[in-house]
Amino acid sequence: MSALPIHRRTLTGLAKGLKRREFSSVEVTRSYLGRIAASQPDLNAFITVTGEAALAAAAVADARLASGQAGPLTGVPLAHKDIFCTEGVLTTCGSKMLANFVSPYDATLVARLRDAGTVMLGKVNMDEFAMGSSNETSHFGPVRNPWNTAMVPGGSSGGSAAAVAARIAPAATATDTGGSIRQPAALCGVTGIKPTYGRVSRYGMIAFASSLDQGGLITLSAEDAALLLGAIAGFDPRDSTSVDTPVPDYTATLGDSLEGLRIGLVRQFFDKGLDARCEAQIRAALAVYEKLGARLVEVDCPNLPLSVPTYYVVAPAECSSNLARFDGVRFGHRCADPKNLIDLYRRSRGEGFGAEVKRRIMTGTYVLSAGYYDAYYLKAQRVRQLISRDFAQAFTQADVLVGPTSPVPAFPLGSKTADPITMYLNDIYTIGANLAGLPGMSIPCGFVEGLPVGLQIVGPHFSEARMLNAAHRYQTETDWHLQLPAAYA
Amino acid sequence: MATAIATDVEWETVIGLEIHAQLATRSKIFSSSATAYGAAPNTQANLVDLGYPGVLPVLNAEAVRMALKFGLAIGARIERRSVFARKNYFYPDLPKGYQISQYELPIVAQGSLDVVLDDGTRKRIGITRAHLEEDAGKSLHEGLPGVTGIDLNRAGTPLIEIVSEPDMRSAKEAVAYMKKVHTLVRYLEICDGNMQEGSFRCDANVSVRPRGQQKFGTRAEIKNLNSFRFVEKAINYEIERQIELIESGGQVVQETRLYDPDKGETRSMRSKEEANDYRYFPDPDLLPVVIEDALLETVRASLPELPDQKAARFASQYGLSEYDAGVLTASREMGAFYEEVVTRVGGKDAKLCANWVMGDFSALLNRDNLELALAKVDAAGLAGLITRIVDSTISGKIAKEVFEAMWDEGTSADAIIEARGLRQITDTGAIEQAIDAVMAKNPGQLADYRSGKDKLFGFFVGQVMKATGGKANPAQLNELLKKKLAG
Repeated sequence: MSALPIHRRTLTGLAKGLKRREFSSVEVTRSYLGRIAASQPDLNAFITVTGEAALAAAAVADARLASGQAGPLTGVPLAHKDIFCTEGVLTTCGSKMLANFVSPYDATLVARLRDAGTVMLGKVNMDEFAMGSSNETSHFGPVRNPWNTAMVPGGSSGGSAAAVAARIAPAATATDTGGSIRQPAALCGVTGIKPTYGRVSRYGMIAFASSLDQGGLITLSAEDAALLLGAIAGFDPRDSTSVDTPVPDYTATLGDSLEGLRIGLVRQFFDKGLDARCEAQIRAALAVYEKLGARLVEVDCPNLPLSVPTYYVVAPAECSSNLARFDGVRFGHRCADPKNLIDLYRRSRGEGFGAEVKRRIMTGTYVLSAGYYDAYYLKAQRVRQLISRDFAQAFTQADVLVGPTSPVPAFPLGSKTADPITMYLNDIYTIGANLAGLPGMSIPCGFVEGLPVGLQIVGPHFSEARMLNAAHRYQTETDWHLQLPAAYA
Repeated sequence: MATAIATDVEWETVIGLEIHAQLATRSKIFSSSATAYGAAPNTQANLVDLGYPGVLPVLNAEAVRMALKFGLAIGARIERRSVFARKNYFYPDLPKGYQISQYELPIVAQGSLDVVLDDGTRKRIGITRAHLEEDAGKSLHEGLPGVTGIDLNRAGTPLIEIVSEPDMRSAKEAVAYMKKVHTLVRYLEICDGNMQEGSFRCDANVSVRPRGQQKFGTRAEIKNLNSFRFVEKAINYEIERQIELIESGGQVVQETRLYDPDKGETRSMRSKEEANDYRYFPDPDLLPVVIEDALLETVRASLPELPDQKAARFASQYGLSEYDAGVLTASREMGAFYEEVVTRVGGKDAKLCANWVMGDFSALLNRDNLELALAKVDAAGLAGLITRIVDSTISGKIAKEVFEAMWDEGTSADAIIEARGLRQITDTGAIEQAIDAVMAKNPGQLADYRSGKDKLFGFFVGQVMKATGGKANPAQLNELLKKKLAG
């Protein structure tokens, strides 16, 4: 058997190789560090590379591997989205506001992965405070799509998706508030999973919209996602919204039969906004599922088209409050020579936040204001209930819902930045799951003009095992997820 | 143009109080930091209290139990589902840029407390709601020229805000109500009641209206009153100010005012127009607080005897007046002290014990400005003294002298009685001897008395007492003297 180069292995493959001592964690880590450095001018996927610490952690992992005390993830490298607090390491959230912020603590997700023996390569780029769908709002410059560097990688977890697609990291953590894991995964041709709201602790994940934010993963395969999800999922006493239900072994059910699986096709997911070439790829994927024994049923979610406006009331409202702590007083950017308190606030925030963040803070402040609260915030919360009800109804007819992740493939940098509404509409298929707290995935299912297309799977609450099973079976029938951009082969 | 107002209008004052009581939990309401008062600045503030990026609040269950205790004690409706909201505003001592507070759905709704007014009548004061919230930090200016320091030790300290109905009609009523709440929270051991440290403070909403008018007048809110005296003075000042303003053709504006204790006046802080729009909305980081039956029953079972219950029991069990029972139950400690004294005296003479506790004992506590726990004479000591009055070893008058000596010297009543030879003379022979001597020395007065000058009886009592150093048992002396003088 000819040895597969390190970077072409999945995370599961790396873990196996490490176990068999085919290579050491230091070798693997060094390989990725080299690829990161080489890619940085083109992709700009990383904000911070923690090379030295990574090699030190890899050496510790190697010792554990040698002594036979290793766990399933010992020595596997990965990257963290720069929204997760990492002790002693710069944690910028893609913002000038936190360009100088070294976190004094680890997020729960970071601590769990470290305790599982993974090696952190560094912190990946993202839209500022996770607000964006193209990674163009980052203070540290846009990330580029490895399939075509004229194109955006999607956002807000654009750095995570681009890094995995370019194999400069075998996996990356990510977060999803309205599609920020699934949409970039789709645009970069990788696997993304946003777990059920409450499945993964939000402690240490810098909040954008607390009722929607959920940490998750971007990987090369459903199998990799299953392996990592087992390490990050579970109740955290430091997050009141995390849910105390047992975490199953997600890898155990990956190969289960899909015979009789009821796949719901949401009528509203195949509307006129969907690019016809993308739709063709989606339909082809559905045919694969039929071959695997699944049944297709059409379901209706009549309130789903309201998800974008609903989201753009709820998310900005929460963000306007969540981002109030960035006031120049205790951490982060502080303006030079403040004249008085108001001047300190105005200039620190005015200088520290970018345009999109300001737009959302203003929108959120407006919808929560006296006289507007009922008309906007309360009404949006009611619509949110209706959308949740639509999904609940759909899940009486279907086990999972399958459709497109994004209406279009990756688009050129700068093409949508002038019109926020056009940009917001990119998340039209993904936002519903966030509003209802449902788990969702995106897996690669083909290409349009050399750009990847993503297939979205949405399941009922805590159905991650079933979703991963459906994704894995598809990935055993297809090899879209193993394609890699020529420049990074 | 100012409307002419008849100046003979009789004005009625309307007052509602918002009392902030700091809950006596060990840790903060949403973090594990300690709540102890007086630590060096920012040594009791962890990342959650500092509002660091990514941190989340977790509700302290003890704070919920304390709020339930209060709710049950005022006979309130306990809301089985209450919600924390965010009150958004910028201030340096508010690290997150919002305060977490219950807004639309508080944990305690609709209760009441009865207060006894000066004229002895009872009045029921409605309590609209009581809700949980976190306190803010403090801005420091002293000793920091040119800059403002921030101390976040207090940030996140649990508070219960107790909002009354506008049921009070005078500053005195407001103070009586505030004292009642103060007594109650200390009985329940949910607040230390320390007003100097800010553990118990209030905002007063004050308005006036012509008596008989239904509609409330425009109110002013006086912020942050931290002593009963200030509450009374600030409200009285505000009443005068509003009446004068209206009578001179002006109008009260809705605003927030501050009381300046040095000048004894209130002054405007901000008007309604300048008030913040707090943009309240439910805090998505916290789940609704759901109260199960089992928890409520556990808390109910843990309630101590409440002040009103204890006062009623004192009145019936010890035969005390309502007033005395009220004074003796004003604090849990005082009630316990009194009961120990009575028990040690043997359960009898409860009224005498009450007089001593409320009289000489309280007087010396006040004189030395001491807390009950630091009294120089403990319950056993005071009971020892009262026992010597009851068994006639000393008279009530001598007892006062003994008590002061006990307080100053820290010894027992018996030791002082012995050392100073204060034992009362109850030996009939000794008293008779003294009477004989006085009669022999004053033949003129004796003759006058016997010829009908009854008033001279007091002269003879005084002379005998003088001769015995005040130690003759008064009852015996009276009886013997009457007999002897009669001849």
